[in-house]
This record gives sequence, C-alpha cells and structure tokens, in this order.
Amino acid sequence: MKRWDAIVIGAGHNGLVTACYLQRAGLDVLVLEKNDWVGGAAVSRSLTPGFTYSNCSYVCSLFRPEIMRDLELPRHGLQVIAYEGGAVLTQDGDFLGNYRDHEAHRREFARFSARDAEAYDRYSRDVTRQCRFIQPLLMRTAPDPTSLKPRDLGELLYLGRKFAGLGASEMAQTVRFWTMSISDFLDEYFETDVIKAYFALSGIIGTALGPMSPGTAYILLHHYMGEVDGSVGAWGYARGGMGAVTRALAASFQASGGTIRTGAAVDQVLVRNGKAEGVVLEGGEEVWANTVVSNADVKRTFLSLVDERDLPETFLRRVRNFKIRGSSGKVNIALDSLPEFPALPKDSPCLRGDLHFTDSVERMERGYDDWKAGRWSADPFLDVVIPTTLDPTMTSPGKHFMSCFVQYCPPKVEGRDWTDVDRDAFGETVISQIAEYSPGFRDRIVHMEVRTPRELEAEVGLTEGNIFQGELTFDQLLFNRPVPGYAQYRSPIGGLYMCGSSTHPGGGVMGAPGRNAAAEMLRDLKRGTRHMSAAHDVI
Amino acid sequence: MIASVPGRELNPRLALQDHWRAMRRETPFHSRLAALDFRNDWYSWAGCKAPLSLWDEELEYFAIRSQAALIDISPMVKYRIEGPDAETYCERVFVRNVAKLRPGRVHYTAWCDDEGHVLDDGTLFRLAETRFRLCCQERHLPWLLDSAIGFDVTVADETEAVAGLALQGPTSCALLKDAGFAGIERLKPFDLAFFPHEGGTVTISRTGFTGDLGYELFVEAADALSLWDRLWEAGQLRGIRAIGYTALNRARIEAGFIVANADFVTAEHAIRADRVRMPDEIGLGWLVDPGKPHFNGRRAILEARRRRSLGHVLVGLEIEGNVPAEHALVYHAKKKEVGLVSAAIWSPMAKRNIAIASLQRPYGDTRKDDLWVEIYALREGQYMKLMKRATVVPRPFVKLDRRTATPPADA
Amino acid sequence: MTSSEAGRFDAIVIGGGHNGLACAAALGRTGRKVLVLEAADRLGGAAGTHEFAPGFRVSSLAHILNRLHPEMVAGLDLRKHGLALSAGAIPSVALSSAGDPLVLDGAYGERLDGTIDAADRSGWSELRSLLFRQAGILKPFLSRRPPDLGAMSLGQASLLGSAALSLRRLGKEEMREFLRMVLMNVADVLDEHVGDDRLKGLVAFDATLGAHLGPRSPTSLLGLYYRLAGEVAGVTGAQALPKGGMGAVAAALARAAEAAGCKLRPSAVVGRIMVEKGRACGVTLDDGEEIRARTVVSAINPVTTFLDLVGPRHVDTGFVRRLGHIRMKGDAAKLHLALDAPPRFAGLAEEAHRGRLVIAPSVDHVEKAFNPAKYGAYSPEPVMEITLPSLGDPSLAPAGACVLSAVVQFAPYALKQGWEAGKPKFLAAIMAVLECHAPGIGRSVQHAELLTPADIEARFRMPGGHWHHGEMQVDQMLMNRPVHGADGYDTPLDGLFLAGAGSHPGGGISGAPGWNAAKRVVEVRG
Repeated sequence: MKRWDAIVIGAGHNGLVTACYLQRAGLDVLVLEKNDWVGGAAVSRSLTPGFTYSNCSYVCSLFRPEIMRDLELPRHGLQVIAYEGGAVLTQDGDFLGNYRDHEAHRREFARFSARDAEAYDRYSRDVTRQCRFIQPLLMRTAPDPTSLKPRDLGELLYLGRKFAGLGASEMAQTVRFWTMSISDFLDEYFETDVIKAYFALSGIIGTALGPMSPGTAYILLHHYMGEVDGSVGAWGYARGGMGAVTRALAASFQASGGTIRTGAAVDQVLVRNGKAEGVVLEGGEEVWANTVVSNADVKRTFLSLVDERDLPETFLRRVRNFKIRGSSGKVNIALDSLPEFPALPKDSPCLRGDLHFTDSVERMERGYDDWKAGRWSADPFLDVVIPTTLDPTMTSPGKHFMSCFVQYCPPKVEGRDWTDVDRDAFGETVISQIAEYSPGFRDRIVHMEVRTPRELEAEVGLTEGNIFQGELTFDQLLFNRPVPGYAQYRSPIGGLYMCGSSTHPGGGVMGAPGRNAAAEMLRDLKRGTRHMSAAHDVI
Repeated sequence: MIASVPGRELNPRLALQDHWRAMRRETPFHSRLAALDFRNDWYSWAGCKAPLSLWDEELEYFAIRSQAALIDISPMVKYRIEGPDAETYCERVFVRNVAKLRPGRVHYTAWCDDEGHVLDDGTLFRLAETRFRLCCQERHLPWLLDSAIGFDVTVADETEAVAGLALQGPTSCALLKDAGFAGIERLKPFDLAFFPHEGGTVTISRTGFTGDLGYELFVEAADALSLWDRLWEAGQLRGIRAIGYTALNRARIEAGFIVANADFVTAEHAIRADRVRMPDEIGLGWLVDPGKPHFNGRRAILEARRRRSLGHVLVGLEIEGNVPAEHALVYHAKKKEVGLVSAAIWSPMAKRNIAIASLQRPYGDTRKDDLWVEIYALREGQYMKLMKRATVVPRPFVKLDRRTATPPADA
Repeated sequence: MTSSEAGRFDAIVIGGGHNGLACAAALGRTGRKVLVLEAADRLGGAAGTHEFAPGFRVSSLAHILNRLHPEMVAGLDLRKHGLALSAGAIPSVALSSAGDPLVLDGAYGERLDGTIDAADRSGWSELRSLLFRQAGILKPFLSRRPPDLGAMSLGQASLLGSAALSLRRLGKEEMREFLRMVLMNVADVLDEHVGDDRLKGLVAFDATLGAHLGPRSPTSLLGLYYRLAGEVAGVTGAQALPKGGMGAVAAALARAAEAAGCKLRPSAVVGRIMVEKGRACGVTLDDGEEIRARTVVSAINPVTTFLDLVGPRHVDTGFVRRLGHIRMKGDAAKLHLALDAPPRFAGLAEEAHRGRLVIAPSVDHVEKAFNPAKYGAYSPEPVMEITLPSLGDPSLAPAGACVLSAVVQFAPYALKQGWEAGKPKFLAAIMAVLECHAPGIGRSVQHAELLTPADIEARFRMPGGHWHHGEMQVDQMLMNRPVHGADGYDTPLDGLFLAGAGSHPGGGISGAPGWNAAKRVVEVRG
C-alpha cells in the first residue's frame, strides 16, 4: 500500500498552503477533503442557477503577499479587485463615506466633526505603529516562554528588543493598546458616534466580544495588518468569489504534483506508539503517511479525530477549555437587480465597497448583549458587500450577489440547537435591517442562503461555527495559541501537526498558519525551506 | 424607512455630501490661475489644486528676485485663536515668547509635544490684543483644542474661509502702493496692518517665504478675486507674474527656510520613533525661550540640552561644483555616513551649490571639518557618482538688504 | 497673605484620607516636618465612619478590610495606635433567595459550608489554590514602584527578574497556565473549574466589584488577583470588619501621623498648588493663605491635582490629554439602612449573618446587571455585598437595632435619566432584591441612605464617584497608573508627588500608594 510523505486533513486555504509548501519541498503530499469541493471557508458555490456566492469568507484582505508570490497564485488565476470605497448609513438618512483619497476622507469626516477629521492622521499613525510592531510576528513561530532552547530564547530576545526599541512612552502606550477595548481606544481620538462605529467594526468582526470588551483594540490590528508593508490594493474581492483563492491554491498544488481527494472525510488519525501513521476514512479505508497535518480546528482535530487515550491529560484539558465561540452568521442573497440606497448617490464609489448600517458603538455593544444572552442580535451589525458591482463573472448581467456578514449570532439559541425556523427568523432580521435603508429590497430577492453557526459547522467543519477557529483573546494568542506548550504547530503525537487558524497567528484568509506549519514540519524533516520567502521587511 | 426620515433634507451635512466629486479642491483664486496657466502642471497642496509652474519655472523664479511674484497661498492651514486667555494660551503652546509679540506684529515660531519634538513650524499673527492667526503646513485642530483645556480661548479652523496671496519681489511695495494700499511702505518686516477693500478688510503683513522684499495678504474668500484683480491691474507696469511652487521652492532654499515633512518630520506624523526632532535639531533652537512661562515640551528640551542628548543638527551646506545634491548622503572623511541632504539647488542668486542637511551630532555641530556629499547624478542612463566637499555655512545663503530696508526703495 | 507657618514644613500632604495619612506618617518618621491639609472637617476621606441616622453609625464608603498593607501596619505600629478588628476574620456568603446559601469560610473559601456537590468542592479547592499561587506572583509588585520601562534601575530589573523567577519556580505547566490565565475573564476561568452558580456568582461579583467590567469582559480575573494579593492579620485572602467602622482605621493612621510629629489640619481646602519655575513650592488655601514647602504630596485625585490645583498651563498638552483619558466613572453605590432589628436572610445561620453577604446568584446575573451600566442605566436587579457591622460591634447601633451597609452595583455615575430622578427608583430596585432575600426587611427600615456615584463625588471629592480614583484595568495599571508621566509617584513637576489610590497599586483600604509614595519621596529627597 502506498505510504504518503504527508497527508493534509482538510482542503481549506491553510491546508492547501501547507500542502503546496510541502509538495514543493519534494514531499509526496495527499490532501483529503470531506466535501465534494475544495476551499473550506474560502469557497464560491452556485446554489441557484446564474448566481455564484462567496458562501463564507467574502473579502481578500489579509492574504500574505509572500505566500501569493511563492505559490504563484496570480499565475494560477487569482485576481483581486480592490474595494473602491465603503459607507456607514446612518439612521438620520445620511451616510459616512469611506474614500480612498486622503483629502476626500478628511472632508467626509469634517462633515461630521472638524476635530475628528483632523484627528484621523494621528489615529492612523498610532495604529500603523502598532501594526508595524506586530506584523513581523505573523510569519514567525511564537516562542515558548517556558523553554530554555536557544531558538525560543532567541525569539524571546527578538521580541524583547523590538519592545524595548519603542522607547518608554511608546512602550507604555503599547501596553495600553494591547489591553484596551476598541471603544475606549477610539474615544481617545474621536467624538462622533458614526466615525467611532466605522472604526470599531474592525475590532469585533469574527470575535465573541463587544466593542467595549478589553482586548478588542488589538483585534483591529488583525484586520489592518494586510496594509503595512506596502501591499497595494490590500482590501478587495477575489474575482469569481473567494473560491478563486483556494482554486488557485489547489491548481498550484496540483501543478507541483500534489494529489487532492475530495469526498474523503477523515474519521480517525491512525496513531501507533505515540506516532501518527496515517488516517482512516469514513467507510474504513486506511491511508498511510509519515506525517499528518490537520487543517481542522484544534477541538475537532483532537476531540474527534484522535483517540483521547493517545493524548496527555493536561493537553486534553486545555483543548477542551479552548474558547471557540460562534459569533457570526452569513446571509448570501441573489438579487435580480442592483438594490437602491437612497442615502447614497447612485454613482457613489462607496457602493463598490463595504456597507454598514450600524452607526454607533452602543448599537454594536447591544447586539453583543443579545449574543451573551444566547440570542442573535435583534439589531445586528452587518458587513454588506455587492461584489458584482465590480465582478461580472458571479452573476448574469444586471443581476447581483450580495454578501451579508452578520454579527452576532450564537452557536446555540438560548441553550438549545438551532432549528430551521430559527434560521429563517435570523435571515428575516437581516433582510428587514437592509430593507430599512433600501426600498423595494425584498422584491429583488431571487434566492437566499442563510448560514448560522450550525450550517458553518456542518458544512465547513468549524466548531461552533467560529470563523477564526478560536477566539483571539490574550489567552489564545501567540504562545498560548491554540494551547500553551503546543503553540508551534506540533502536537503531543509525533508526526501529527496543526496548520489551521486555531494556530498562531489566527484566523482570516491569511495563509500564515499554513505557511508557518509547513516551515516547522520541514524543520523536523530536516528539509530545506529555501522555497519559502522570508517575511517582507517592515522598515 | 430610514431613507425617508422626516426632516432629512434639513440636515446641513447632506449639502456637503458631494465633495468627493472634486477631490482636488479649487482655491478662491483658481479661475485667475487657470487663465494664466499654460502648462497644466498642478499638484495637490493639502487637497487643493496648486500650480507647480504656470508658464516657465525660471521666469517665475526671476519674478521673485527681480520683479513681483504673485503666489496663491490659500491652501495654507489657518487657525483663529481668540479670547481673553489667547496670549497665555499661545505662550503655553509655542516655544517663542508671545508676550513680546505686540498686536500688529507677526513672528515665526514652532510648537512641540510633551517630549519636546516639533509638531510643526509656522507664523503667528497677532491681529489684536486677544486675537491671533496661526499659519502652518499641517493640520493640528485636536492638539490646539486639547491645549485650550483650562484657558478661556476659542480655536477654529479658517483655512477655507480666508484666502491668501503672497506678493514677493523688489517691486512688491511699489505695486501695493499703486494699488492704493496707502502707507504700505511704512510696514517694517513682520509688521501687519489692515486696509479697506471692497467694503471689507485685507490684512497685509510684511512677511514671506522667499527671503526677499515681500508681503502676504489675507482676505475673506468672497473678496479673493477682486483683490487679485486689484493687484494684477496695478502690477502691469511692475512686472507682476503669477508663479508656482517650483520657483518658490528655489527662493526658499536660498533663504534657508525649512519645510515641514520635507526637511523634518512633524511629530504627529512620524511613524518611526527616531524620526522626530527637537527644535535644536532642526535649527530652531533660537526660537525657544526658556525664561518665559511654561510651554509644551519645555522640560524635555531643557533636559536634552542639559544632558547633551540632542542627536541631530540641521545645517546649511555649500557644496563644491554645480550639481545639486538633493537627497545625497553626507559623509565624514568620505567614509562615515553622518547625514542626509533634504533640499538642494544651484543658487542663481548666490551662484553657489547650496543645500540644507540634517547631520548626526557631533558632525555639523562641533565637528564641521572633512564633510563630503555623495551625489548620484543621473545622466543619460547612468549615474555620475560624485564625492564633493561640503562646508557648513550660515543660513540664509542669500541675504538681501531690500528685505529689511524700510521704507523699501521704490522700484 | 502669608502664613505664620511659612518655612515650618518640609512637606505638605494634600488630602487626609488613609493614603495621605499613611504617607504623612511615613514621612514624619524620617524626621521631616509634615503638614496634612484636609478639605473636610474631619480626617479619613473615604475611610470614615459617620452617623447616618440618630444612633446609627456606619463605614462611610469602604466597609471591609481585606488588604491593609502589612508593611505599613508594622512600619507605623498601627495596632499600638488603636487599630482593632471587631471579630477576626469573617466568612463570605453567597446568598440564595431559595434559602440555600453557600458559606465560604476561612481565607476566601478555605472551607465551603452548604449544599454543594463533591466535584465542585474539589474543583473549587483546586482553583482557589491556583489563584492564590498566581496572585502571589503579582503580590511583590504591590509594595514597589511600577517598573520604569525607560530607564530600568537595578532594583526594578531585579523585581521583574524575581517575578520571572517565582514564575519559573512554579514549574513549566504552572507557568504556562499563569501566562494563559493572567488576562482572562473570570467567567471562563470559573467555568473551567466549577459548576455551582452561587459560588461562581460570588467570585464573579468579587472580581468585578468596583470595576466597569462584567465577569465576561476579558481581563476581569485581575480584580480577583488583586483581592487575593491582600491580607488581614497575616492571612492572605482574609477579610474583617474594623471595630468602630472604617473611621477607626483613619483614626489609627492619624494618631500614627501625629506621633510622628505631623501637623494635621482639617477644614483646610487647598485652592492651588504653587508652581515656580517648573517646581512645586507650596500651596495656597481657598482663603488665600500661602504655605510653602519644598515637597508637596497630593493624596487626592490625580485629575483634580493637575487640572484644578496645578492648572493645565504648568503641564504639557499631551499629559493633560492623558489625564482626560483616565476612565474614572464609578459604578458602585453605597446603601446604609437603619433597621429596627437585625434582618434574617433566607436559610442563613445566625452566626453567618456577621459575614460578608453577597447577592450575585450567578455569573450571568452579574453580567446582566453590568449590561445597562454601559449605556448609562442602573441595574434593574442589582448585585451587592452586604455587611451587618453592628452585629459584631454593638456601638454602631442603638440596642436591639441593626445597621446594614451594602456596596451595590451597577449604578453608573453618568446615569442618563439623572440621579435626581433615578435615585428613588434605584433604591426601590435594591429594596426589592433585599426583600427577596430577607423577607420583611422593608418594614424594618427606619432610615435609608443611598450614596450614588454622584453623591460620592460630591461628598468625598472623588471625580466620577470612582472609589479607586480610576478604573483598575490593565491599561490603567503599573506604568500607566494614573498616566504615563506621573506613574511611580513622580510627576512632571519637581517637588510634586502623588500618593492616592489613583497611583500604583491602586484602590482599596490598603495605604500602599501612600506608603510607597513616601518611600519615593525619601529616595529622591523631595
């Protein structure tokens, strides 16, 4: 029977990134995907004729340019179309536009507050400073602070030096920034509700935290980091939907000789004498390999694919305690014509970007209160995009696809499982919010896909439907991600690795966990990593 | 339905929604500039359409030095500072002694953050006992407002409300006299006075950014065009010429003036912590008055002086040869890199190759010998690499008696 | 007007609260001539006892001792100066409206009395000792200046070093656990170890007491560490009621200060701190009297100190900006009831009524109580900590009667409807909760006094009515307490020091900020 050099469980973007790097290092790699298609949460699927959806993730902003280059994604068909703007529609019938031009941006803010308009430069400088501090860490394996190994000590020293290099007042500010809520942080710069709401959304997207929760200022960075090293056009749509990202990855992988099997769900990781030897598929087929790497989240990997008896008690306890809370849903809508937003001029570039209807931090936080009580937000925060304003390939002419990311949406409804009735009611909550701002919206709807954490878990395999494969709180960042002691992509089982967003640096369609995992595996295999670009300089 | 909330159309914000359709805004003088423009060579000055050159850079430069050059300075950021505590407020904000600035006078000044790093430089106009106007390059409203906590003073942006012109050159005084600004010849350098214009007032100060005889005129935006026309008509026999930034920049380098975010990085814009500068590091130490009441950054500046921890110095350089050394590296003994040239030209007035450079102390401070600049001159597809000797010289590089003579000689 | 006291004092301490007195006494013992100026007509500040109804006396604000700084207690011989506890350590009680309370006996629940299953007993005992070990790592920071990141002295480096070392001594797994837990929320930590709602509710309440946080807010565990780093009579995590109310603590400190030669002047309202050439050189009182000294220590609120007494013009804009950003809007109200007889809480043994009685039925309940505070509304079902001090100290109430003292959350300082309208409604909400737990208590009330944060601000000169002079959250701790540039008791002005709860390590009746500040003054010879 064939014995593969490596098996990757799950053809999500991180799994494919790992697979590509391993294959290019000369390994013989097999990717196993339970669905009949690849992509994980970065997929484009057609659920109704004439329309393609970005079913889960919907924006290409964080993908590391180093990985795009190494894996030749543009050559394999990836095209990214930059957002042209964005807007927050306000309850008084106005909107706050987001313009790419610096002066237009300032004048737009000045409509609301002269002071806020001029505070923006200092704000963006301070955020940029923090991004520059954290960004180089994305493409490094987090050091183990309890280890005395030279490599860990060296990395700790690197971190220490970087921190000390900031100077006393910047150090003090950095400590504050890392521990503040996005709401408190924004209060230090801005006075206008809608402007704060506009910035605050980046502090909460994908998390089970509210904008007033300490630690959310850091999460802002997680969404901004794509932009600091001169990556032009960082925020954009993948032409053809987000599946284009994973399709390009799959094509790159196959072009370098890799093998993908879809419809092959893994039931168990085969472990012999504390070492992974392959996997057993649902149906009983055994597939053998020297190493196995899991793109699934840490809970799914170790609580369902591995026999508990093969794992140390401390590790198991920490995996069980890993916080992976679904907090968001997704509504994909097929429209027979472009919706109208009377607040926005018809030719506004803001329409060709992300639209929001939550014009105060308080409304966001109240939405979070609902989630804490086990309900979806009655007045949810939506991140709406209509990629077909810029990408004609996803629908037939004149028709449109609207993607609505919805927060907050709990993994269980008041403690019980979701029902179809709940799901439809959740969808209705979203539609009625949009319809408030867009007359005739309902009449344009041709088809709609409503995804609650239940659907995300069932289809993509994300535990509790958490899009980041685990909360981005301090206790689950850096050397704590996913669990202390196993934050370097390895697991207690020899030859079994993790490469999903449960690992450092976390979620978003970034690819960094997949790349870093491949680097660690190749290190263990004593293989070269010269085909992996070093992280871009931040000078 | 939000789209039809009652009273929506009364919201004054809505009228301003369409600003994005003209991302480069036109100044109040734009129609006059456009009529005189033959090059279509515009750049963005603080979001406004401003000319680099309208006709010919050299002719425009010589208008400054030989005749009268008219420059639209409306995009300059302007703040009005007013109230019973205006003087004590300014004293706290700026490094220079404001008590010594009498009403009707202007002075060049700078202001710093708590760490003593320069936030910007600019000119402070004392329009009245309790009213000032600050003109500067960058925007600072949040800083100025936060500085007002505890003072009975208001600070407001008047950048768009007030239009500005600089009239610079040897014939500028005569021109203004011809235009009917009686008594203009009595203004000494850094004096300001008010003159009637079209039922309103024009504020004229004997100031400028050229190191030449010259004036700056400020007027309500609505009166901008009539003021322009008044000067233009009077200037026909005085060689008046509208000019762009390229010519002005040459003149300012000759005068040894520095430009924020060109010759130094302003503290609120510096992303890299080591790019900020104290006044002493950019040649502005002379503005700092340690004897006056407390001002922002005072402790840090005095502490740095005491501990001799100032890292940089800004100097004027005279460089052998005639190839401008813009952005050249400065070396000591041809080997050790000690700084960078931020602005450089061949000076048509001084007939010298001049530069403004930022050096790491002690070079340029106590060690001024054996300095060199490495010039990469791109000539037809190749770099001509020149290592030229540089000498630290005082600024201004060009000193003109007519700049200060009062009354100015009638030209 | 120049005072007859000119030249007589080396140091002036502004504010005669417990921190000001502690600082003054410590400075006095170095031979310095110290003057303490207190605006109120009596000393003690928030550590006072007052008569709120004829014959009924109560601790004005804080009512429990759990963190009096041991170094200070010893250094100032406070016991000799009359500090006494009314009845040794008291238990904490998680009240239950169903009449099934849980009693945490000994130092923070060494023993659990009540119906609770075995798994939770052992889970709690494990968690409790884990938390004590982890709090122990942070404890040395309480008695030192916060680390100065810019210019780290040998002493400070050794403090950090020893913290790192004590971490290592715990062993690898414990060290990992600490680094994981230190910034977690208290609710998640509890969920990882115990299931009992009453127990979790009580601990969640304690972690968020005095903070604008809910138990599910990240970093809320720190509040618990802070509590568990305190000690009473050498027992870490213990708590006690002071005999005579909290005013007795202030009185002992005042006697220690006087014994050290300090002059204490109540009813002396400081109008300005005099600044000459960037140096604080004395104070001017409201009536114009000038008193000069080469050292001025402010043991009052940091924002009041700089914006009102020093004035913005003597400090820099960035510093003023940072002061303005300090979050210090209080959420805790204080309730005093004069009862005609001791109340009976459902299912609670008589003796246990002398404990600290907490109404916080579950983590979710505390979280829900917090939610409205974010939007300027009070909790419709507030959570609270109750003591009945007259049970152990009969001098506080007429014979047969009883004093009830409660700290109640959440009552946001900036109540949207205004406290004038909101106060009676909030009192009714509190009484409804109390009635649930102690049926009939309403009929027993002879007089009720409710101090909202707005009242606390006015009565104790605490801006925002915040007990700690600033939120005790990570971004306002250590080198950021009260703000960078005034951390470690120094200020931008030579000769001016801070010594109040707004400074490291923060609030609570500890005296640590005042005691540490005195050490700093001596160190720089201010």
